[in-house]
Amino acid sequence: MKHLVILGAGTAGTMMANHLNHHLKKPEWQISIVDEREEHHYQPGYLFLPFDIYTPEDIVKHIEEFVPKGVCLVKGQINKVLPKENKVKMADGNELNYDVLIVATGAKIAPEEIEGMKGGEWQKSVFDFYTFEGALALRNKLRDWEGGNLVVHITEMPIKCPVAPLEFAFLADSYFKHKHMRDKVEITYVTPLSGAFTKPKATEALEHLLHEKHINIESDFAIEHVDNETKEIVDYGGKAIPFDILVTVPTNKGDEVMARSGMGDDLNYVPTHKATLQSKEYANVFVLGDASNIPASKAGSVAHFEAEILTENILRFVKGEPLKEEFDGHANCFIETGNGKALLIDFNYTHEPVEGTFPFAGVGPLRLLKESRMNHLGKLAFRWIYWNVLLKGTHIPFVSATMSEAGKKYN
Amino acid sequence: MEKTIAGKTIAVNEEGYLTDFKQWDKSIADVLAAEAEINLSPRHWEILGYLQNEYKNEVPLSIRKIGKSGVVDIKEFYQLFPKAPLKTATKIAGIPKPASCI
Ligand SMILES: Cc1cc2nc3c(=O)[nH]c(=O)nc-3n(C[C@H](O)[C@H](O)[C@H](O)COP(=O)(O)OP(=O)(O)OC[C@H]3O[C@@H](n4cnc5c(N)ncnc54)[C@H](O)[C@@H]3O)c2cc1C
Repeated sequence: MKHLVILGAGTAGTMMANHLNHHLKKPEWQISIVDEREEHHYQPGYLFLPFDIYTPEDIVKHIEEFVPKGVCLVKGQINKVLPKENKVKMADGNELNYDVLIVATGAKIAPEEIEGMKGGEWQKSVFDFYTFEGALALRNKLRDWEGGNLVVHITEMPIKCPVAPLEFAFLADSYFKHKHMRDKVEITYVTPLSGAFTKPKATEALEHLLHEKHINIESDFAIEHVDNETKEIVDYGGKAIPFDILVTVPTNKGDEVMARSGMGDDLNYVPTHKATLQSKEYANVFVLGDASNIPASKAGSVAHFEAEILTENILRFVKGEPLKEEFDGHANCFIETGNGKALLIDFNYTHEPVEGTFPFAGVGPLRLLKESRMNHLGKLAFRWIYWNVLLKGTHIPFVSATMSEAGKKYN
Repeated sequence: MEKTIAGKTIAVNEEGYLTDFKQWDKSIADVLAAEAEINLSPRHWEILGYLQNEYKNEVPLSIRKIGKSGVVDIKEFYQLFPKAPLKTATKIAGIPKPASCI
């Protein structure tokens, strides 16, 4: 019997288990999936938790619920991969041998990378919302905060869901408006990029929204340290920005297990072929989701498109056929803009987000790069779709794994 | 797009980055540096050379990597190329603006 092992039962790993379970069957194949957690978190929900829009129950479920019958769930911490021996060592000493390995260990925050970030003010006035604990602590802080300087900050790129900090700033604006205290809060958005986003057309649209909502923007800010005494963030150029609450997105890194295994780059991301999702070093190792170093967004939607293409490539690989070079970096993200509205962007490696309609050219019902109520409903529906469609590896009707240029206004 | 730099016609993109490294030479670097209000010292040239070499070896550039390179620490990099050092230095070096981000 051959053994396919999936490392990580988060968004990407769970989707692969569900896809492959239909194709690689017993007795020829055994599929195992490994994770140290008991719970599966809907991470996009972390954005809404601080504002009391979602409750913890909305975003946390048992990991087992989503692992299909027939796939073996191995609980425990992965200590090391020995790719030359086709072996995974667990922290408890057990070993798993594999014929094919899928790495889906995701990315996590590393606040310790910046001096003072995880200092005395951590979770007192310095918060993250990229972890469940961080988002919850922030919720409790915001509930009875009386106002002051709110600084929303990105440490360095790449980060998961690069639009989430912007959404946080927009939602904060609308949260304080509803609490009738917007005049007591100064919101500043601080980014290492030269503008609000990475692609020109979307940057223009988003900067317009920041302006409209009276959110200040500080760009090209490369943080050196957090000063816990004076409550300031200071950059390498010496510029200091004071805060009463700092909501930061710390450096994101792949899991340490990739460093221990000698499989990661300087941020523990695994070098991966961007069109086939095969590891650059080991032919029987494939990587998807946030764990890889491909130049695509680190987002659940990207993992979903990758999973469709990777399933086909793994089936080709086990039959000894050439891999399809098909993944185009397709990403599709809703951007909450507050007050019950959202934007939608759809893009890939080569095409930046532009205006248009989605998924039906000329019809919609969703509009690209424009605020609408329909887009907001789409974002809220995404949670239901995540739990009920995405994780199960079901294809979303009318939305293809590679990006469609129809209905988009390129010029 | 084209731009006349140091008396030569050079291909650049909308942001003024050279699109063909073969067209780069030191006189072009001097002009681009002056546009960024920088006077190139021997130390600047060392770093520009390092960046060009990384580019030739297809190593993606980031502030983090440069800080760990041993060639220059981030503080000094900021002193030499103030404000947005990586963007400014790559422009002067005639190589593409690093796509640090998606
Ligand atoms: C605040 C926030 C908002 C977001 N919003 C959106 C959005 O609106 N839309 C969107 O598409 N995406 C969004 N994302 C991104 C999305 O959540 C991730 O891209 C997605 O979850 C990545 O899936 P993954 O499987 O690669 O990683 P994960 O889902 O993080 O899974 C990794 C798994 O590996 C396990 N693991 C790692 N190391 C080990 C080890 N050593 N031993 C055992 N187990 C291990 C972990 O326990 C975890 O379960 C958001 C993310 C955040 C943080």
